[in-house]
Amino acid sequence: MIKIMSKKGKGLKRKNKRLIFLSCSMAGLALAATLVFLAFDENLVFFFTPSDLSERTFSHEQRLRIGGLVEEGSVIKSNNGMTIDFKVTDGGANLPVRFNGILPDLFREGQGVVAEGYLINQLFIADEVLAKHDENYMPREVAEKLQENGQWRGKIGDSQQ
Amino acid sequence: MTAELGHYALILALVMATVQGLIPLLGAGFNERTWMSTARPAACGQFFFISMSFACLMYAYVVSDFSVANVAENSHSAKPLLYKFTGVWGNHEGSMIFWNWILALYGMAIAIFGKNLPILLRSRILAVQGLIGVGFLIFSIATSNPFLRLDPAPIDGRDLNPLLQDPGLAFHPPLLYFGYVGLSTTFSFAVAALIEGRVDAAWARWVRPWTLLSWASLTAGIALGSWWAYYELGWGGFWFWDPVENASFMPWLMATALLHSAIVAEKRDALKSWTVLLAILGFALSLLGTFLVRSGVLTSVHSFASDPERGVYILGFLVIVVGGALTLYAWRAPTLRSGGRFRPISREGTLLINNLLLVVSCITVLIGTLYPLILDAITGEKVSVGPPFYTATFVWLMVPLLLIAALGPLMSWKRSNHYFVLQRLGIVTAVSLVVIIIIYAVQGGSWGVLLGLGLAIWVFVGVLVELSERIRLFRVPIYQSIQRLLIIPRSSWGMSIAHTGLAILVTGLVVASNWETKLEKIMMPGDVISLSGYEFKMLSIGEVEGPNYTSRQAEFKVEKDGKLITLLYPEKRYYPVQDMPTTEAAIHGTWLADLYLVLGDPSGEGTAVRAHHNPLVPWIWSGAAILVVGGFVSLTDRRHRVGAPRRRINLGLQKKNISDRVRKN
Repeated sequence: MIKIMSKKGKGLKRKNKRLIFLSCSMAGLALAATLVFLAFDENLVFFFTPSDLSERTFSHEQRLRIGGLVEEGSVIKSNNGMTIDFKVTDGGANLPVRFNGILPDLFREGQGVVAEGYLINQLFIADEVLAKHDENYMPREVAEKLQENGQWRGKIGDSQQ
Repeated sequence: MTAELGHYALILALVMATVQGLIPLLGAGFNERTWMSTARPAACGQFFFISMSFACLMYAYVVSDFSVANVAENSHSAKPLLYKFTGVWGNHEGSMIFWNWILALYGMAIAIFGKNLPILLRSRILAVQGLIGVGFLIFSIATSNPFLRLDPAPIDGRDLNPLLQDPGLAFHPPLLYFGYVGLSTTFSFAVAALIEGRVDAAWARWVRPWTLLSWASLTAGIALGSWWAYYELGWGGFWFWDPVENASFMPWLMATALLHSAIVAEKRDALKSWTVLLAILGFALSLLGTFLVRSGVLTSVHSFASDPERGVYILGFLVIVVGGALTLYAWRAPTLRSGGRFRPISREGTLLINNLLLVVSCITVLIGTLYPLILDAITGEKVSVGPPFYTATFVWLMVPLLLIAALGPLMSWKRSNHYFVLQRLGIVTAVSLVVIIIIYAVQGGSWGVLLGLGLAIWVFVGVLVELSERIRLFRVPIYQSIQRLLIIPRSSWGMSIAHTGLAILVTGLVVASNWETKLEKIMMPGDVISLSGYEFKMLSIGEVEGPNYTSRQAEFKVEKDGKLITLLYPEKRYYPVQDMPTTEAAIHGTWLADLYLVLGDPSGEGTAVRAHHNPLVPWIWSGAAILVVGGFVSLTDRRHRVGAPRRRINLGLQKKNISDRVRKN
């Protein structure tokens, strides 16, 4: 193991050296654990589908991640096309979503989508919209919920690179 | 025929790997020289057969043989030739063959360059390398065979994912794999040393070049991947703390720690069992990355077609390899005799703190990556851990790490003179503070940005002070200083260069992530976006035909203060075979910033456009490039030149050691 010399130039006892090393490591781990728990408290983002959301309430500051299918015929562009309103459905319930910006390449009606943002008065204000990377890809969370509701049959997490 | 030949060669490679994994190991145990000498030819043979297999697969891609299922699923006759080559590793099965090929290449490299290694150690290293090969080859043959036939063969293939149809695919995965797989060599060295029960300075000297090589490749691979995501995905960002990015980043952190602890092990004969542990953990994380990416537990750009069987196999392999190595470690590590002593305030001490910080930061990334998976498995609750988590944890751990990066090199080995170090540190602090105050006066900025920039400057000034200390600048005549400059060892230059790269990288990261600006707008030809002093004027928009895609392309004129800067051509492509659109961002890089334009969907009569001004993003890539250069300069150090070191103790003595130990046990 590690040898750390004492100030007098003679080696510390082996046990003490280990103790110093161990306490250093423990201090490091404790530091990390503290940081991690503090960060977890504020930065964990929970995932819900529209049906989950209809059963719960959230504060406006709670950052959420939602997912489902983009409902057919629900996409409306306004504000000269920069604001997009659409509905996300999981077969059971649907949730209106508003997003300001350029949608990802693979955002399409009837396809899977995940959005992150805040729920304000039953309208989900998304600041990030993620769509699948190819036509076979379905976010796993969404696929599981859709399968529960019998809306979608396919392999979970089936994506191809 | 070629597919069957490739399959056959793959099986022969497995046979070779089995020979390489078992016979030399037994030979080393029973001290049979003839058995041990099978290691090197077997390693070369394994490489030969995997190369043959890989060549067969590549041939099938190049001639578009769609009777091979793997080719039909991932290629297309209209695909440009470059992507027919690179597409070989753009899918799970092909990339596993490529992985095996690199593993065997490293094995052969050890066989060739390790001529001077003592035969016992060499046999064991090659045997462990062979056993890892056996594991991955069985994985390829049993669960991911790329040579399966399709009957009837389709007329054309399903094409490669358009996102991968980019020159980036030619560099990013190969370099990353060189890094990932390179960690298998240090793992083999560590396990061989544990079996032998000896870790000495010579061992550490052999480990260092292999660590450097894989660390440099991994650095380059990660940086290229980040660059690729930056220009190909069109999101304007360069790092997303995506689980798959983390999967490559964790082994990198571990390899960085290993790189530094190996120095202590070599120079001071201390931290030996710690170095061995890092070598094991580094490869463990590289295997964990493989599991995360290939098992389907994650969904991301990188996840391959998932198959539970594969996930279970890799997880089992991970448990056997890492569990086995750690058990061996627990059993053997106490027998490793410790060497050089040092005081807490010494270079060894700072390197130890560097190691602890790197390992702890690696653990935070690991927690952030695995926590959602574990929570989902236990409670079924779905969460995501995003960038804010890593900003709150990882980034803070980098503060003391950067502080120590300038401090360590100023310390002397064994015990350091406090007065001397404090004096030099005073210079570094003073210069950093002055520069930061100037930046604040000119640019302003939040305290977080100033702290980040201050740390980067601190590291850089630390490098300069260390260099001037080495050449005794201003204390001896200038010609003597120049003479001293010329005899500085390459490994020392490597450190100075790499730490400079780190400073540049940190500057880029801090500025780019805090001072970026962007604007979105629906535009028609003639419209202008003004952003950070630049005027982006849309001139025209129209359709363009590519080889296997159609594209909508716009022409933009970028001006600053009425002067033409550049013309930019952002595109939105559509690939009909995969029915998939992709965004091709147009980027103009200056040394100080990137101008980045993305074309969105048509909207009414206009088209959505997003313009980014990304300051100092080019510094991120150049910083990473300089890190890699530092790694390679260090690698050319005379003492590292592979094969140069010779162990002083002869074989006879080692034999005696072993028999002693056998008796003891």
